[in-house]
Amino acid sequence: MKAMIVDDSGATRFILSKMMSELGYDVVQAKDGQDAFDKLGDNKDCTIALVDWNMPVMNGYDLVCKVRAENEYNDIKIMMVTTETEMTQVVKAIEAGANEYIMKPFTKEMILDKMKLLGVPFEE
Amino acid sequence: MNIQPKDFEFISELIRKESAIVLESGKEYLVESRLSPIASEEGFDSLEQLVTALRGNKKFGLKGKVVEALTTNETSFYRDIEPFEMMRTQLIPELLEMRKAEKALTVWCGAASTGQELYSLAMMIREHFPELLSWKLTILGTDLSKEVLDKAKEGKYSQVEINRGLPAQLLIKYFEKQGTEWQLKKDVRDMIEYRELNLIKPWIGVPQSDIVLLRNVLIYFDAEVKKEILGKVRRVLRPDGFLFLGAAETTLNLDENYARRTSGRGSCYTIKKD
Repeated sequence: MKAMIVDDSGATRFILSKMMSELGYDVVQAKDGQDAFDKLGDNKDCTIALVDWNMPVMNGYDLVCKVRAENEYNDIKIMMVTTETEMTQVVKAIEAGANEYIMKPFTKEMILDKMKLLGVPFEE
Repeated sequence: MNIQPKDFEFISELIRKESAIVLESGKEYLVESRLSPIASEEGFDSLEQLVTALRGNKKFGLKGKVVEALTTNETSFYRDIEPFEMMRTQLIPELLEMRKAEKALTVWCGAASTGQELYSLAMMIREHFPELLSWKLTILGTDLSKEVLDKAKEGKYSQVEINRGLPAQLLIKYFEKQGTEWQLKKDVRDMIEYRELNLIKPWIGVPQSDIVLLRNVLIYFDAEVKKEILGKVRRVLRPDGFLFLGAAETTLNLDENYARRTSGRGSCYTIKKD
């Protein structure tokens, strides 16, 4: 099982990577939306991508739009993990094709709850 | 703040008397974490001072606050998704068929806490069984604690609570942002009635129910109280109704009148037929 973590904060990438590793995932890290899109080509078998919103070069919302424009990535579940907490932003992300939304700060339980909702596998 | 063994013993006895909940040795951390904020609020420097005030019955309302603080259940939206999946895919469709003549359905949750469990059910009904909205649909949530019921009625949740198990699609559809909190829309809140009820006291006003939710409640009681509660549930659960307990709870060796029904990782109980 493979997960992509997309966040410009090294600390957040570290925390999320540790959580996802504990849930049985091999993790691919990306520091912004463009980096993530470039790396997806070699990681089409990703089950889930955890995506920050505000990042340099390409933000998370633009990444969601770009990924959802490509049919080959249809199976990848996208979970926004962001400090954006307005309803308008939640709506925008979900309408663009994100499958779930978590507002920072987060815990492992929150991530796991959402993974259960999405029906993606995990190891306990 | 730390709690002394003699004070822990006093608190355990108080909680057992008031709610029949058993606080075994090893739960000192729970008492410390739940009572320290109350001690500070009430102007005590230590839990020892708080317990002294309780012993002397010197402060009006203090006992109620302590009991409430120690009897509140953890809850979240769609907690353990399996019971909801079982209701959605099997039990509610079956009940729709079984009750189609009377067009009435009743659900009772005996430990409603801050409301997330019943609101999860209410949203599920709106999403998947909108025909039930034209039935006589009764959803009753009861709890020992007035404070949590007040919060449940308000239907207002923090970001942390919203992050726990609530699908984003439902957040968008059924909530409104109020400052830093999120409130359920009135039409969802109005689907549920909340009322105070102590499970170890007489069950006044509990209706005959098609579904009884008593998840993660029995774990707090000793065997005798568990037996008593399960016996009382049989009197309010309709003969073809369904009882949900928590994943770590069972009727086994407590009440042999129940049969377990499983579906995937979910399970519920029905009353055995003679």
